[in-house]
Amino acid sequence: MSNIPHVAPGRSAYEAGEAAYGRIKPQGVDTAHGAILYLEDVTVSFDGFKALNNLNLDISVGELRCIIGPNGAGKTTMMDVITGKTRPTSGSAYFGQSIDLTKMTEYAIAHAGIGRKFQRPTVFEQHTVFENLELAMKHDKRVRPTLFSRLTSEQEGRIADILRLIRLHGSERRLAGLLSHGQKQWLEIGMLLMQEPQLLLLDEPVAGMSDAETARTAELLNELRGQHSIVVVEHDMGFVADIAQGEKVTVLHEGSVLAHGTMEQLQADERVIEVYLGR
Amino acid sequence: MNGPVSKQVAQPLPQRASLFSRPAWTGIAACAIVLALLPLLNLVFPSGSALHVSDYTVSVVGKFMCYAMAAMALDLVWGYTGILSLGHGVFFALGGYALGMYLMRAIGHDGVYQSDLPDFMVFLNWKAYPWYWWMTQHFWYALLLMVLAPGLLAFVFGYFAFRSRIRGVYFSIITQAMTYAFMLLFFRNETGFGGNNGFTDFKRIVGYDITSSATRTALYLATLAALFGSLLLCRWIVTSRLGRVLQAVRDSESRLMFIGYNPLWFKLFVWVLSAVLCGIAGALYVPQVGIINPSEMSPANSIEIVIWAAVGGRGTLLGPIIGAFTVNGLKSWFTGAFPNLWLFALGALFVLVTLFMPQGIMGLIRKLQKKRETP
Repeated sequence: MSNIPHVAPGRSAYEAGEAAYGRIKPQGVDTAHGAILYLEDVTVSFDGFKALNNLNLDISVGELRCIIGPNGAGKTTMMDVITGKTRPTSGSAYFGQSIDLTKMTEYAIAHAGIGRKFQRPTVFEQHTVFENLELAMKHDKRVRPTLFSRLTSEQEGRIADILRLIRLHGSERRLAGLLSHGQKQWLEIGMLLMQEPQLLLLDEPVAGMSDAETARTAELLNELRGQHSIVVVEHDMGFVADIAQGEKVTVLHEGSVLAHGTMEQLQADERVIEVYLGR
Repeated sequence: MNGPVSKQVAQPLPQRASLFSRPAWTGIAACAIVLALLPLLNLVFPSGSALHVSDYTVSVVGKFMCYAMAAMALDLVWGYTGILSLGHGVFFALGGYALGMYLMRAIGHDGVYQSDLPDFMVFLNWKAYPWYWWMTQHFWYALLLMVLAPGLLAFVFGYFAFRSRIRGVYFSIITQAMTYAFMLLFFRNETGFGGNNGFTDFKRIVGYDITSSATRTALYLATLAALFGSLLLCRWIVTSRLGRVLQAVRDSESRLMFIGYNPLWFKLFVWVLSAVLCGIAGALYVPQVGIINPSEMSPANSIEIVIWAAVGGRGTLLGPIIGAFTVNGLKSWFTGAFPNLWLFALGALFVLVTLFMPQGIMGLIRKLQKKRETP
């Protein structure tokens, strides 16, 4: 009965005849120009208050980009725009060259290859860890295939791989609701990975984690570096320094980009110190 | 990072092996056999024999099985998918009316006015059947209609409600309003469904006398088959990946959307299926009780279905069946012993179950099982 409008994949990198050389080859997303996400002059206003104000941002394929900024800088709103939860008042958001995110629903965007972790860990608490990963797994997510599908051994293997990666192997039969806060965060990251997304959006992945858990999460993100394009929104400076590793960090302030640069550059930037890092 | 790791590495992965566990299968099979034997005991042993089961018992159990089917259908959307419908009575009644139209035409010339048309139409001075009675003289068409009428209403209603992302208590209120509106519509004589008297005085079904004990036994067994068939179907669905998606809709719809599912179609699927099952239950109910009228669509009736599911244990399939039998059994006894107190008892039951047995009877059974395993 279902007829979910599937996302027109646009020109794939293959069709375009210039398979991205030396980079990961995303399927369906045209990243011929090396960028996976473009935000251009994005403005979101709620009753006159501009949560985002002419925000410009682009993320390259395979990049791990950290975004920092004080509360209310528009970090979460930006993620809402990218994932289709909020429509921008003006401006454009493109995934690759051709997929217009501002016209798509949440699930279509997820299908196109963007995975999002929420600020508060959201997993299916009444399902086991295994079932959480199974549900998230990349497959035909329409009604009929879901009713008749069986796990193949290949898919089981993939779930087992992810379980090891997020350090939850051996806990696959536990209810997700019984996991610790940190484990839930990892499970959610695992669920994103099961989707095999090209772009991962992580909203405060270490909020509420112990130091050990934070260190482990940094390790996990470093393992993922290069396999996916990743955007991390975070408050924890130590964590950002751990994962940025000389890559570009963006500072948001009052809905637009205040500064770009490596962590060292930003720490020396007067404006950044003023609005965010403090003295 | 060293979370509590349980030692279950070698456990088989949750593949689908059997629909029910072995003890559950045994229990279900035992119940099915007992239920199937009741009408036979009624037929074989003469009244007065110790093994005789009265006509009354058989007809009451037949009725309860229809209720049980409706309660299970409701729980598919409420317990599993988190959509509380306070209007399932309308689907039950529509299924009943669909078959009722056929039964009215099967009366033929044996009505009071001995006319081609049902008595109520003669009374209204109508000369011909209205267009929506087209083909209803055919039994197969009635069977089709009992599925299509509730299914189509559920589809249209559900599509617009779910697409507008109406959920929670707002959805429940709208379903309540829907059944109320349909009740008012069916109360009107001009609607063409017999007004507040509805359909009654049926004479025969597919040529057989509807009051004969053989016909009644056949209807009873058909109901039993439908109940168990739908139990197996629902069980198969809730243990599939789709079943896990439905529970995910209940627990975190937005997470589900962000991992790429469109909840609309999943909700619509289960909503329409539930309505159809309810319609079939209603269609089986009507020839057994011999009447269908708009009071079946009254809001209170729909709320009663919810109470059956809650008492039995929502989020299970056997629970609503047990709940429907328990509550209706109590009701039969209460309305005989203390006719004025039943509504108070029903209210008290709902409050007590909500407070002390939030998982219903099934929750109680599970608790006892656990206690026995760990003495």
